[in-house]
Amino acid sequence: MKPPLFEYRAPRSLKDAIALLAGDSGAMVLAGGQSLIPALNMRLASPSRLVDIQHIEGLKGISVQDGRIVVKAMTRHRQLELSEAAHRANPLIREAMAHVAHVPIRNRGTVVGSLCHADAAAEMPMVLLATDGSVVAEGPRGRREIAAEDFFQFHMTTTREPDEIITEARFSVLPAGAGWAFEEFTRRHGDYAIAAVAAIVDRTSGHVSLAACGISSRPVRLRQSEEIIAKGGLVPDVLKAAGEAAKEAVTAPDDMHASTDYRRHLLAGLVRRAVEKAASRTK
Amino acid sequence: MNRGTIRPKPQAISIDPKVAVNLSVNGETVSAEVSVRMLLSDFLRHELGLTGTHVGCEHGVCGACTVIIDGVAARSCLTFAVQAEGTNVRTIESVADDDGSLHPLQEAFRNCHALQCGYCTPGMIMNILSNLESDMPMDLSEEGIRVMLSGNLCRCTGYQNIVAAVRQAADALASR
Amino acid sequence: MSTRAFGSRIQRNIDPQLLRGEGSFVDDIPLANALHVAFVRSPFARARINSIDVTAACTHPGVAAVYTCDNIGDLDLELPLLIPHSSMTDARTQRPLARGDVYYVGQTVAMVVAVDRYTAEDAAALVDVDYDPLEVEIDLEKAILDGSPLVHPTHPNNIAAHLVQVSGNPDRAIAEAEHVTRVRVQVDRSTAAAMECRAVAAIFDRVTGELTVWDGTQAPLSVRGGLASILNIDEDKVRVIAPNVGGGFGQKVLLFYPDELLVPFAARHLGRPVKYIEDRRENFVGSTQERTQIHTIELYAKKTGEVLALRDSFLHDTGAFIPYGIAVAQVASTSIAGPYRIPNIWVEFKAVYTPTVPVTPYRGCGRPHACFAIERAMDQLADDLGLDRFEIRRRNLIGDDEFPKLREGLLFADGLPVSLDSGQYHKALEMLHDKLDVANFAAEQQKAREAGRHLGLGMAFYVEGTGLGPYEGGHIKIHPITGKVYVNTGLTSQGQGHDTVFAQIVSDQLGVKVEDVILVEGDTKAFDWGVATFASRAAVVSGNAIHKSALIVRNKTLTAAANMLEASADDIELRDGAAWVKGTDRQVSLAAVATATNPLRYAFNESAKAATQFAPASRHDGPALGEGQAPGLEATDYYSPPCATWAYGVHGAILEVDPEICSVKVRRYVCIHDCGNMINPMIVEGQVMGGIAQGIGGAMYERIEFDTDGNMINANFVDFLVPYATEVPQVEILHLETPSPLNPLGVKGVGEAGCIPVGAVIASGIDDALRPFGAAPFQHIPITPSMIYAAVTGG
Repeated sequence: MKPPLFEYRAPRSLKDAIALLAGDSGAMVLAGGQSLIPALNMRLASPSRLVDIQHIEGLKGISVQDGRIVVKAMTRHRQLELSEAAHRANPLIREAMAHVAHVPIRNRGTVVGSLCHADAAAEMPMVLLATDGSVVAEGPRGRREIAAEDFFQFHMTTTREPDEIITEARFSVLPAGAGWAFEEFTRRHGDYAIAAVAAIVDRTSGHVSLAACGISSRPVRLRQSEEIIAKGGLVPDVLKAAGEAAKEAVTAPDDMHASTDYRRHLLAGLVRRAVEKAASRTK
Repeated sequence: MNRGTIRPKPQAISIDPKVAVNLSVNGETVSAEVSVRMLLSDFLRHELGLTGTHVGCEHGVCGACTVIIDGVAARSCLTFAVQAEGTNVRTIESVADDDGSLHPLQEAFRNCHALQCGYCTPGMIMNILSNLESDMPMDLSEEGIRVMLSGNLCRCTGYQNIVAAVRQAADALASR
Repeated sequence: MSTRAFGSRIQRNIDPQLLRGEGSFVDDIPLANALHVAFVRSPFARARINSIDVTAACTHPGVAAVYTCDNIGDLDLELPLLIPHSSMTDARTQRPLARGDVYYVGQTVAMVVAVDRYTAEDAAALVDVDYDPLEVEIDLEKAILDGSPLVHPTHPNNIAAHLVQVSGNPDRAIAEAEHVTRVRVQVDRSTAAAMECRAVAAIFDRVTGELTVWDGTQAPLSVRGGLASILNIDEDKVRVIAPNVGGGFGQKVLLFYPDELLVPFAARHLGRPVKYIEDRRENFVGSTQERTQIHTIELYAKKTGEVLALRDSFLHDTGAFIPYGIAVAQVASTSIAGPYRIPNIWVEFKAVYTPTVPVTPYRGCGRPHACFAIERAMDQLADDLGLDRFEIRRRNLIGDDEFPKLREGLLFADGLPVSLDSGQYHKALEMLHDKLDVANFAAEQQKAREAGRHLGLGMAFYVEGTGLGPYEGGHIKIHPITGKVYVNTGLTSQGQGHDTVFAQIVSDQLGVKVEDVILVEGDTKAFDWGVATFASRAAVVSGNAIHKSALIVRNKTLTAAANMLEASADDIELRDGAAWVKGTDRQVSLAAVATATNPLRYAFNESAKAATQFAPASRHDGPALGEGQAPGLEATDYYSPPCATWAYGVHGAILEVDPEICSVKVRRYVCIHDCGNMINPMIVEGQVMGGIAQGIGGAMYERIEFDTDGNMINANFVDFLVPYATEVPQVEILHLETPSPLNPLGVKGVGEAGCIPVGAVIASGIDDALRPFGAAPFQHIPITPSMIYAAVTGG
């Protein structure tokens, strides 16, 4: 399990990086490498060129501004997890982050890299979706913001163009007084989710945000469940109904870790638990 | 085989493009030309002769190859040597004293019979050590230790004695 | 004598080296200019090979050679059938490189040797093989049906072996029975997943004609014998070294894997060191696996629960080949009655070829399967008769006074009768009952149920035939300079701590510190005779051989020291590295004794002066060595067990099932264990805890998944779920020590014990927890969340 040969480039500027991506249709971005390098070692990917973005100025750091937590492309999972500013702004992030693989992986892997990898069972894409977040793409045609809802297309597929680099992710700050929760089931600690749910409950506005991963070909917002709760309120029967409604969103076929029927059952339970917990944390 | 067959001197190294990498390994400055695709694990083991870092899966699950990069634990099999440019890498070989005396964590492993075949041990030690040396408080509850160890597979011990060793090492270091 | 080392919790000699990262595993051995191997492997479970084109691979820069079946000379053969048995006809084994046909995904088709592994993998991808895929049937029960695609055209219905064994008179007992319980149980395919994959490196020295092979094997002596035979070299010209080995668990006892022959061959052919370091994916698709068996077991009982007879018929998946013979199935079939008296047994198996990775022993070797079958059946019988699970066992366990319990008619995997030698089964059961506080559990369970929580208690008993022959040996020598004791044996260790437990045995006899006893094993130059490390046999077989050798050296030492100290041998004691006249301060170091027993010409140190030909201590009335005398303090002896010695134990757990998530959390896990006299309880517990962790894997996590075409779809650690620390419970262990009457040390094996009953314990516990749901019992492991979902929803 050794990687195939590639051309290695380590540009110092974003402009150069974009040019290097644009100049080779087989080029890929190398950030933390925690998803890409396993794929290379297994020879599931064979990029002709790797553009290592770690030496580019201005791609590091976390800031909280205008109701958004801005996470630059080379920010490691662990940096975001430990960021007190980010935690104050939205505690859902740290809670979810504890479930992303293991600390040594989080020490190297980047948040934006995980979003771009877009594994359908990965936690951070779901969190971006639950917080109505977005990513910023920069390419030869300029800079654009892509809403999470539009970014994740399919398992390991996003709307990023091959010559674009996602320079930052933007998670929304938790509304004042809102509660949050993250519920997941994996067979082993740190594995990809069999199913996971992120919940944000805002009693002030009556808004409920629910997203799930592991159940479909991409992370999904559980709109129907959100509406049921918005209409019916945070009472046990409604939460149960919201869980039942969430089952509709499960499209993942039977696989070696879970049958579709079991995933539906599981998701319903996780939705109920997540909303209950989030509601209990509202102020 | 014909005894008269010519035996041309075989090629010694691959024709992969090379790239310069400069880093610090166990406190020593290293400047080397490496294949662009060489994994840090292979670089440490086969270019620098630091074979204490083991390779168990090469896809990031088993943790046997864990080293400390810039103070934090990382998988050397999921890092290209060239990505380690400018970093400070520590391997298992740096943990004991120069005279071979064991670090309290290593002592605790021995006391608690926390290793059997010893293959996963260097990765375990480096992961635990990064936590022991960190500024952040460690969760020394049973569950907390197990979560810390998750990410390192051991096939021999059943982990129980490793949990005990972590606790013993943390106590020993705290009392120093 | 100071404190006895035997029986003490002594830290391991090997640990500092391993902890400092100074271990020496195969890939750690620096071999200048080594070439590296990658294999081209079959992508089809069954196919005809039309052609293999290696042109592009051969010309790839950095490639030294590409081998196929056409250019490996004498190695183009069917590999040996290691353990022949009359139940097999025309047993099929693999060829090092496929000729004509491939039989499983992962089978080796071509071997590329290149300057590094990266380049070798590049070139392997350039080998162009043209296949015609053939039909396959992966399902074990369908594979034996008429008309199913055949793995080998030579074997109708894919039957590789068929064996019936009978003990007592089952027909008569069945006719007398008042009740029959019948269950079908299944254990799925798994793999050892040692942390170090397999590895082989070789150097051929053209000048001396010597071949040196480093092999991460459990059987270096056997590998040497086979290599010498197949490569047609004298055994003395072949040296096989198993250095530190990163776990074995049975997978590394098989010989030969293709690489074990091809790497030495290539090293000789190319005149350069050659290395093959198996990667994790190859370990999944290319190294042997175990476990799938489907049993239909029937217990014929009286209404009291006393089991009169047992009938069991099972299918055993042997994969595409059967190089290790029927060992796994045979162990399962002869362990099927477990710890119970059951006087009448009829047991049958069919070993079935499937187009999958071949099957050879993995820790447990048939015992976990047999235990799962009998223990699930016992639980069911208890249920059927309205008895408690402990009570049904009390009524059937062999009593202390019934040993040895011969199961006449059953032959174990060593070809010898099954005879359980000793134990305190009833006491063990009661210890578990107490430790788990079973008496109060029902109330606790009821209370939890009222609060919506589902607790269950699971338990299972097991026996383990250990310490199989044929034999092992031990050589012991006290070194004249240092007084350190060197012990050589033909085994190899993969983490079991041989270097410490064998040192403990020797330490007591020779009065030296455990750390002054140095074990050399895993090197055919260190000891010439023996078999391998497998079947929980090292402590029993090598341990007793070393013990016997130590007794001889002890006597030699006492005699020599008595001469030197001018005392009677009866008055000499050995302690603290010296021989002492009892009750005095007169002593001579073992180094000096060892030197004195070696008549010298040259005085190279103080002790040596006393041993030279002109020294007063030397004999001056004839040759320095008398007829029949040998210099030094050394001895070699062997131990060959009369039959297996049977360890046993009983495990119990309290677990909680969450029916909403379908998860299982083990809250307590208790193990009562008896492996006879313990040499080092710390190491025994380590073996048991590690075994239980593997058992937890087999009970709930680890399952090799094949699709219907025979592709292994989880050949990685992402999807083949080896448990982390977070999935393994804390284990509470209590020991019993019932000595084995069969060997001088009274020891029994412990290597495999832990893993055997865990599947049955967990299934039993989940059944108990989910009783209110009216679900059918769990008779199939591993138990997955989807299976729990089906049980709680009646789906």
